[in-house]
Amino acid sequence: MTSIIIISILPIVLLYLGLYKAQKALLPVAVLGLLAALVTSVLQWTILDEAQPIYNGMLLYNNFSVAFSVISIISTILILLLSKGYFEKISNHIAEYYAIILFSLAGIIVMVSYHNLTMMFIGIEIMSVSLYILAGIRKNDFASNEAALKYFLMGAFSTGFLLFGIALIYGATGTFDIDGIRDWLLNSPRKIDPLFYTGVMLIIVGLCFKVGAAPFHFWTPDVYEGAPSLITLFMSTVVKVAGFAAFLRLFSACFLPIAQFWTPVLLVITIITLFVGNITALYQQSFKRMMAFSSISHAGYLMFAIVAIGAASANAIFMYATAYSIASIIAFGGLILVRQQTGTDGFEGFNGLANKNPFLALVLTVAMLSLAGIPLTAGFIGKFYMFSGALSQYRIWLVIVAVVNAIISIFYYFRVIVAMYFRNADREQVEVPAYYKFVLGFSALATILVGVYPTVISGLIK
Amino acid sequence: MESLTSTIQAVPLNHYIFLSAIIFSIGVMGVLLRRNAIVIFMSVELMLNSVNLLLTAFSVYRGDAAGQVFVFFIMALAAAEVAVGLAIIVMIYRNTNSIDINVLNRLKW
Repeated sequence: MTSIIIISILPIVLLYLGLYKAQKALLPVAVLGLLAALVTSVLQWTILDEAQPIYNGMLLYNNFSVAFSVISIISTILILLLSKGYFEKISNHIAEYYAIILFSLAGIIVMVSYHNLTMMFIGIEIMSVSLYILAGIRKNDFASNEAALKYFLMGAFSTGFLLFGIALIYGATGTFDIDGIRDWLLNSPRKIDPLFYTGVMLIIVGLCFKVGAAPFHFWTPDVYEGAPSLITLFMSTVVKVAGFAAFLRLFSACFLPIAQFWTPVLLVITIITLFVGNITALYQQSFKRMMAFSSISHAGYLMFAIVAIGAASANAIFMYATAYSIASIIAFGGLILVRQQTGTDGFEGFNGLANKNPFLALVLTVAMLSLAGIPLTAGFIGKFYMFSGALSQYRIWLVIVAVVNAIISIFYYFRVIVAMYFRNADREQVEVPAYYKFVLGFSALATILVGVYPTVISGLIK
Repeated sequence: MESLTSTIQAVPLNHYIFLSAIIFSIGVMGVLLRRNAIVIFMSVELMLNSVNLLLTAFSVYRGDAAGQVFVFFIMALAAAEVAVGLAIIVMIYRNTNSIDINVLNRLKW
């Protein structure tokens, strides 16, 4: 709980540092503050998972929240380390960028620990409003402007759906409390208000917009392509993971008694998301846009845990989200470096990278293998947990569809590897700063470690 | 205060629900059909305000204050969104001299 307070105060401290021109202190202070938040968060972990709601039932900081806070904070630290020297190119006032990223993270921590629909709404909005700003930080770049406006209009639009759903559920049940709504469902199994069903549908629409699941995904590729790469990285890892944590928390703790009503809807959304994400990614010529579509398809895999909801869902989403986040950090870190040299987001920028930069090519290969779900990487373990969860509920067709999609995805991930190792191009060596070396090396090691010994993190949530 | 509550309750709850749903639908159609960023933005506000109306009506009918507190949160959020949203629209206007969203086609949909 202290971690939310630390992460909320930290950006204000950073803004003061920016005011007094202490540019050099920004990154160390941000990282140290986040490490403090990480420690306080880990200390909340309990073996029996016996946390109680606090602040009049507004927040519940249980093991689920601890696990997702930890992965969000660690990803943010890695992303901030990649930002060394990145924001300076955009403007002189870099304290604001760090502050807004951390405000967004505060919203994310609320999203993964809410116990009341009010807090869910507030968490989502603290996160989104910060991201609207972040998407547009290149003020003179037209693509960035366009991304900001599209993200803003679509985000506000989806908030409307989410809110209308919450209002209808409040009308039917008379409470915003998650346990209160679940008890209401359990006590009135025969005559559930049609208002309630409409409310659940609208909430699904609103949340699917936020996590970028088809058919509500159309803003994702444009926004991801237009926003600065580092912000795209933040949006496609931390934000997406938090969105799914909020999604899962709502549906597993609250709407579980009427699972037979919403499972078919989410099943259709999952299958559409998988096909749309993977097949469109095949045709992309830009690495960044390919990663945007790949993030849509990963949203499809993450939906598996909600479709096959059960005791293991939280763990499955956690494993998958960890694997996906660290692999994406490597991929975007590599993209930022390659783009600085070649000035292009396309696949051709990676041609012949292995000759001059064996280390960069190796970690990017690990990331692509992990995203494609090849064994001995974390991505395989994530997919394994997802598919075994679905199989345990006898959703065999769903798993077959997902495996077909995993095979399709190998094509476009391997294009990068082929470009790096088998295409020749005259190029200079890409300079890899020490911060990047640390982040990329750490992420690649973590990917392989989790792939070989998944038990190091799989026991965090029971 | 009593008289206000009884005045609100003089209209059946269904009417509030229908009215909110109609205003919400007008907002949705506005977002989908209009091409001017400011008008789209106003339509979004219409959606949020229909939710406010609905929450207030439910809150009065149930005699529960939580719904009205939620309305305050929505209003605060709407204010924050106006601040950020108008700033983004001004930024676009400076670069393109237009707020028609059809000029936003550099990135393919």
